[in-house]
Amino acid sequence: MNEVVQTRLWLAQRISAVVLAVCVGIHLAGIIIAVQGGLSAAEIIGRVGGSGVLAAFYGVFVLACAVHAPIGLRAVLAEMTDIKPVSINGIASAFAAVILLMGMQAVLGFLGLGGG
Amino acid sequence: MHKEHPWNTFKEPFILNPMPKMLAVKIWRGGEDGRFQSYDVPRLENQTVLDVVTYVQRKLDPGLSYRFACRVGMCGSCAMTVNGTPRWTCRTHVSRVAEDGQLQIAPLRNLPVIKDLTVDMRDFFDKLAKAGGAFQATKTRTDDFAKIPPSDPRRHHADAGIECIGCAVCYAACDVVAWKPGYLGPAALNRAWTLVNDARDGMGDKRLSMVAGDDGCLACHSQQGCQEHCPMGLSPTAAIAGLKRAVSVAALKSKL
Amino acid sequence: MNIGHRNHPTWWAFALHRISGVVLALFLPVHFQVLALALDGEAVLDGALKWSDQPLVKLAEAGLIFLLAAHLTGGIRLLALEFLPWRNWQKTLVAGSMGLSLGAGLLFLVNAF
Repeated sequence: MNEVVQTRLWLAQRISAVVLAVCVGIHLAGIIIAVQGGLSAAEIIGRVGGSGVLAAFYGVFVLACAVHAPIGLRAVLAEMTDIKPVSINGIASAFAAVILLMGMQAVLGFLGLGGG
Repeated sequence: MHKEHPWNTFKEPFILNPMPKMLAVKIWRGGEDGRFQSYDVPRLENQTVLDVVTYVQRKLDPGLSYRFACRVGMCGSCAMTVNGTPRWTCRTHVSRVAEDGQLQIAPLRNLPVIKDLTVDMRDFFDKLAKAGGAFQATKTRTDDFAKIPPSDPRRHHADAGIECIGCAVCYAACDVVAWKPGYLGPAALNRAWTLVNDARDGMGDKRLSMVAGDDGCLACHSQQGCQEHCPMGLSPTAAIAGLKRAVSVAALKSKL
Repeated sequence: MNIGHRNHPTWWAFALHRISGVVLALFLPVHFQVLALALDGEAVLDGALKWSDQPLVKLAEAGLIFLLAAHLTGGIRLLALEFLPWRNWQKTLVAGSMGLSLGAGLLFLVNAF
């Protein structure tokens, strides 16, 4: 991996960070509002289920997470463990795939649930 | 008689402990696998840590190895770890660092110990070169002076970092250097940033390629230990942030 | 461990950013797994939500909210540091980031109980 690819990864992490800053801000506000009076499955599905707008929002959110978190993890592993760089890149890529697949599955699942 | 005025805030210095007569000094002896040895050194007024080390070598233990040259904070050769913190010893007064008359003096962190308080500075200086730290002239001595107005923003950036004395205190204070042996480090990147902003330098984007990537400016986590400890009061973190911006722009323009 | 060279606000801000980043990254798959429970039927998700009603779990959740807010505000601080002209009030930014994060965690706790 040469310095051009490394620089692109760094940039991708910063750009995804900007996206995440917006997403996390909205998400945090949503959590703090939604948690009032307790949570129930029906309430969550009623709020989020079937909404195209929210599915698009959370789709972008998941995508940004799948870019941001693995690049950060890659740096942490490189600095704090003795794992070989090739293996670290493999672990980070696999982690990106897991986040993307699990996240998108949840987003699409809620979109399909319909609701109130 | 001295009259008290409400705006007269002058007070006698409040001294908690009177100056002890002796300092209990522990100094690193040996190589990487060495150990601390204790010495008793008379406490003097206006005494620097370098004075203490010199006393030990001249009066107590002639075998002690350490480096110094100018004794006035210009040459950058006397940096050591004093009570756990990297410092230039020639301008560090004992009164500022000796907790209860205790001094622990060790070689600089992040560099291989040769013997006692001397470290092998090769990596540190090699990285200055690796970061494109050499000025690349675009003119000859027969050309006219380059005219750079004092108000030029790039000149301000260069000026901010130019006073580095190469003492490696920042290099010793940086955790990224400790975690990533290939990392160029604050001093080398600071030097690169002064040259990136030097209108007379001709290396251009090539230098940005040299400081990009995982071992370059992008590895910095802005812990700011470098500027926290820099004896010259420089801010390598600010220089590295400048490099990050320049490298980003170059990457987006496919110029790396 | 010798922390002599580390004991300053921006180093602690880094430590918090790293710890919160790793915890949040590892929490993501767990979070998605719980959400996926809803797809198996409301009853399953309700079971998970009931489990999370215990005070200790709620406290842990508030901890996560704090870490998320800390990573958010700390991250904005880093973006500002890296991409905006240099400012010498880095420590003020660290303090502001901490304040906002603690506030978010407390707000969650107040609302959750």
